[in-house]
Amino acid sequence: RPIVTGTSVIAIKTDAFVMMAADTLGSYGSLARFHDIRRVVSVGSDCLLGAGGEISDFQKVAQHLEDLEEENYCYDDNVSLTAPQIHSYLTRICYNRRSKVDPFYNQFAVGGMITDDNGAKRTYLGYTDLFGTTFTDNYVATGFGAHLALPLLRKGYETLGGAQMTVEDARKLLADTMRVLFYRDCKTINRITFGTVDARGPNVNEPIALQTDFNLEEINPVKPIQNAEQE
Amino acid sequence: MYRSQYDSDVTLWSPQGRLHQVEYACEAVKQGSVVLGLKSSTHAVLVGLRRSPSDLAHHQEKLFKIDAHCAIGVSGLTSDGRRLCKYMRSETLNYRYVYNASMPVSRMVLDVADKCQGQTQTSQGRPFGVGLLVIGYDTNGAHLYETDPAGNYFEYLAYSIGARNQAAKTYLEKKYDTFTDIGQDELIQHGVNALKETVRTRDLTLTTDNTSVIVVGKNCNVQHLNDEQLQPFIDKVEADNDAADEAENEQKDGAMDVDQ
Repeated sequence: RPIVTGTSVIAIKTDAFVMMAADTLGSYGSLARFHDIRRVVSVGSDCLLGAGGEISDFQKVAQHLEDLEEENYCYDDNVSLTAPQIHSYLTRICYNRRSKVDPFYNQFAVGGMITDDNGAKRTYLGYTDLFGTTFTDNYVATGFGAHLALPLLRKGYETLGGAQMTVEDARKLLADTMRVLFYRDCKTINRITFGTVDARGPNVNEPIALQTDFNLEEINPVKPIQNAEQE
Repeated sequence: MYRSQYDSDVTLWSPQGRLHQVEYACEAVKQGSVVLGLKSSTHAVLVGLRRSPSDLAHHQEKLFKIDAHCAIGVSGLTSDGRRLCKYMRSETLNYRYVYNASMPVSRMVLDVADKCQGQTQTSQGRPFGVGLLVIGYDTNGAHLYETDPAGNYFEYLAYSIGARNQAAKTYLEKKYDTFTDIGQDELIQHGVNALKETVRTRDLTLTTDNTSVIVVGKNCNVQHLNDEQLQPFIDKVEADNDAADEAENEQKDGAMDVDQ
């Protein structure tokens, strides 16, 4: 049973970079309890991991991956885990735990850069969850985002140039999508972290707030009763 | 080798600071028939000389595929080699299942070497009596490693182990500078040539029965050459050998004329 949870993580992949966004809320049921939970972290030298769901499970998994990377560092033989390998590893442990009816109650988005044999760099974005379901795609959203954000990401991906999208366009697309999630998903707060991984490596920004407008007619359908006092 | 009172147990140090049992295990490797390996920047090749216990018997296989990207050649106790081969196969397969990628060769060799070392530091059991030459191709390029019963492992540009390996080493030492950028076929030919050096004194002819070649490289999964693929390389080395023999004989004939 999940206790402290995070909501959606959304991510998008182009030819040059992978960008991920999530808010920093840890919900205690419907109480917005912890306001600075970082749900997008960098793993190793070229991978980003974002998760929604039970926060303690995510922290455990992130710690475990850090330990694996440390082990690799200690071996000192130029071997380190790449994003697809981390994705595959996560899938295996998720499926293993679900088969023991003791899941890591999370949905993960894994993104990163891979270097080919020829030195060329490719981007990678994958999803895996508490059941061990796994797939890769150009855009990925967990939790509530899978319902709300994916259509927006799809539309944005097609109109903004797809794999050739610029960083600014992707940033705006993710920000707009997070804004919609903030409007509609009650277990969110207006404190978003963005993470990017490109040829230079992973980078997670400090949380920012998005501009919101709650006076929009769509979300304020009830007009103030103007004649109430008169009556 | 001399016998001493400190060689009965692998857990016994000699006063000179040696573990005799481990050294004797390394001797077993030297009794095995020769296996040699060489690599370029993109490929690595293993060549083994297969022995057959009698004319009626099949030749004993020396080279084994471990995974799509790595292979080993054994010298010494073949049964110990089979055990290590099984271990390596399951480790690489497990890695492939978990990480969906080929296991880095250096990591696999480290695991095998640790397993060998474990056997030298236990009251039960004995050291493995087999030396391995491991070739592989991973994200760090082509590799050739040697492991021994002591649990050491080294990476090489070219190496050989087993009986009469010095002749092959001499050939490889002369030629290894040229290996970096040559193609797969040239590399295999060098390997077969080096193998020929080891049997020259016994005047043994190489055939597809007693020679075994495995190659792995960039965009090239482990390939154990079958008779058809191997024949051209053997033909070439035997032809070169015959040509060299003829040249020698002509020289000898010339000398006899002068004497007369």
